[in-house]
Amino acid sequence: MTPARKKRIFLISIMVIGVAIATAFALKAFNENLMFFFSVTDVKAGKAPAGKDFRLGGMVVNGSFKRKEKSLAAYFDLTDNQSVITVYYNGILPDLFREGQGIVSKGRLRQDGIFEAEEVLAKHDENYMPPEVAESMKAKTTPAY
Amino acid sequence: MMKFIHKTASPPYFYRLSGLWIPWLGAITLLLLIAGLYGGLIAAPTDYQQGESYRIIYIHVPAAWMSLFIYMAMAAAGAIGLIWRIKLAETVAVCSAPIGAGFTLLALVTGSLWGKPMWGAWWVWDARLTAELLLLFLYLGVMSLYVAIPDKRVASRAVALLALVGMVNIPIIHYSVEWWNTLHQGPTVTKFDKPSIDMRMLLPLLIMAVAFKIYYVWALFLRVRVELLERERNTQWVKELLHQSKEA
Repeated sequence: MTPARKKRIFLISIMVIGVAIATAFALKAFNENLMFFFSVTDVKAGKAPAGKDFRLGGMVVNGSFKRKEKSLAAYFDLTDNQSVITVYYNGILPDLFREGQGIVSKGRLRQDGIFEAEEVLAKHDENYMPPEVAESMKAKTTPAY
Repeated sequence: MMKFIHKTASPPYFYRLSGLWIPWLGAITLLLLIAGLYGGLIAAPTDYQQGESYRIIYIHVPAAWMSLFIYMAMAAAGAIGLIWRIKLAETVAVCSAPIGAGFTLLALVTGSLWGKPMWGAWWVWDARLTAELLLLFLYLGVMSLYVAIPDKRVASRAVALLALVGMVNIPIIHYSVEWWNTLHQGPTVTKFDKPSIDMRMLLPLLIMAVAFKIYYVWALFLRVRVELLERERNTQWVKELLHQSKEA
């Protein structure tokens, strides 16, 4: 390889590595802001901004969904398997919303510790399978009484 | 070895060879697309959670993979062009950009169409979506920079540098769903673990991925041929080619 080419390879490598390191530092600095939502435990630990809108993500607790009669107003619990927060939402829920489903909701924490959501988005997981496979997996994980 | 590379990478040789390949590449793309779309849209079972709507995965995911793959190919070709000053590599880098931009746009649009019914939102500013949008801007930047500089060899070098700087975005897009909380799901197929998708659903997805890859080569060859003719219009081999086609 000629010296000129060696020099060009060297310069290009330096440039790419330099940009990578600079970006890594920038992303590290902005880490908090790059999070799309706070987990339930984060909010309980007071990491979420008080009195301001933020997003809360978690799983809807089985059997916690309650809807007021003749209205859209609903209460449900969100968990990350460590802590639980009750969410109030008055509006139309996405099709994928159900108990046991991961969701992300935007809103703010009320004085009484209930999260008042103004938007609820469903987060689906990375698993894809036909319904009968899902059924048989469910049968395997939950013991039959 | 170097002799072989220089021969294959010489514009007249590549022009002739690619001419022979193009009909085959087009035919294989078409066959794989038909097989993949039949497998994905008709043969594959419905999803337990998302029902029939998940089938947009057969366009969205291969398009998103291609948006990353083409960018890496473009940056690699750009680097080869920068270091060894091979004209063909410069041309490959430049001609990859519009194809990659197309796939990025396709991934963004299909993702948006998928997001509305499943998440309940057309668009959210989470890390994955934002980084992919940035990729589209990088492609558009490469394309604009190339047309902005009249000397095509200087332009190729500028474009290669921009492409290499933008490479930093590629791992960010891929790992965004693991590094940060996102609304976008985590990886289904591209992880060290076993893919978390049923075999009958995975197979058409992989066929579509191969179909898109071969389409890229096909589209790239078509573009590179035109670009080579334009750049080399004053050389002997292009003049001979023109002469031949006039006679025929």
